[in-house]
Amino acid sequence: MNVFGWINDQLLRMQWLADLVSAAVSATGLDPASRIGGSVHFFVYDVIKIFILLSVLIFSISLVQSYFPPERTRRILGGRSGIGANILAALLGTITPFCSCSSIPLFIGFTAAGLPLAITFSFLISSPLVDLASVILLASIFNWSVALVYVFVGLVVAVVGGTLIGRAGMEDQVAEFVRTAPVHDMSETMTWPKRLNYARDQLSEIIHRVWLYVLIGVGIGAAIHNWVPESVISGLLGQDKWWSVPVATIIGVPMYADIFGTLPIAEALIGKGVGLGTVLAFMMAVTALSLPSIIMLKRVVKLPLLALFLVVVTGGILGIGVLFNAITHWFI
Amino acid sequence: MIIKILGSGCKKCLALEENVKAAVAKAGRDAEISKVTDMAEIASYGVMSTPALVVDDKLVSAGKVLSADDIGVWLWSGSLP
Repeated sequence: MNVFGWINDQLLRMQWLADLVSAAVSATGLDPASRIGGSVHFFVYDVIKIFILLSVLIFSISLVQSYFPPERTRRILGGRSGIGANILAALLGTITPFCSCSSIPLFIGFTAAGLPLAITFSFLISSPLVDLASVILLASIFNWSVALVYVFVGLVVAVVGGTLIGRAGMEDQVAEFVRTAPVHDMSETMTWPKRLNYARDQLSEIIHRVWLYVLIGVGIGAAIHNWVPESVISGLLGQDKWWSVPVATIIGVPMYADIFGTLPIAEALIGKGVGLGTVLAFMMAVTALSLPSIIMLKRVVKLPLLALFLVVVTGGILGIGVLFNAITHWFI
Repeated sequence: MIIKILGSGCKKCLALEENVKAAVAKAGRDAEISKVTDMAEIASYGVMSTPALVVDDKLVSAGKVLSADDIGVWLWSGSLP
């Protein structure tokens, strides 16, 4: 038996847990193959699996992130330009600690330090979209090729989106106080005990922030999985429907949820025969754009730049959705 | 002593405010504690992550929820442990 396959099945997909929950569901007298039993199994198994993975991942990733406070990212990116700088910004976006409530101070800090809009936006797009924890979770729910593809296309949206926004020459569309803000460098070198503390704090904070979204997401996933007839889902979001990607994107944009909450929904949709591109578009729309983040961004940029940001990101998501539906059979 | 907590009103900002209040009460200091949510004013302190703590117009920390004990140490010695 190959080791990689074992890691994938038992550690990431947690086959042992699925079997254990099956046995537990059967023990209560429910048949895991029945509708109710199946919903209970989906819910219990997914909730436990996501929380186990989330805890391990956030803790270890926070340790990595403790080496990349936003001030350091800003120093690394300072004075760079061109496509290479966009790629670097998108990559750093995946490891810099980030929560949507701090995206605006971050935007101000980057812009005040003289970073071009192209680089700042590459970072701002990739930061919520591609996140180390989400990649491993994707690998656990689907497989490694889907996870790597998700990262790759997420980075492409960030790089291309940032570049397009930079080309538009909208540096004057930023609120005046942003450009005149002072630049402070608060970052400190952390000792190991401090890093461990930091990782523990991040873990408890993120679990507090996302647990409800995860429960709701898994609940919706379980409902889709066992109660919504396949014909309804495929009629609305089936691969043969040209509108499936736009519909998934439009539903996803105003929604505000963590990627952890969207994963179980994605899992259930794939199970109902929805195209990979449609599902990726939905996940990206939920995580990259949301009403709260748009309202916050409106406080620091003027309307034309905000509109361009929305158009570029939405366009990128649509493009990726359509492309991946065309090539789904390569991955699943 | 004027203490300001900078942040857009997220959970962490509330936690920091609670810790500041606790530390000030414990130290028996007289302090005016206020929350700053206006982006322009937050930006004027040059912080990149919130919540941030400003005491008498001096930036003490950014992006962290300091514990009441740490804030207490700062109140006495002017530096963080």
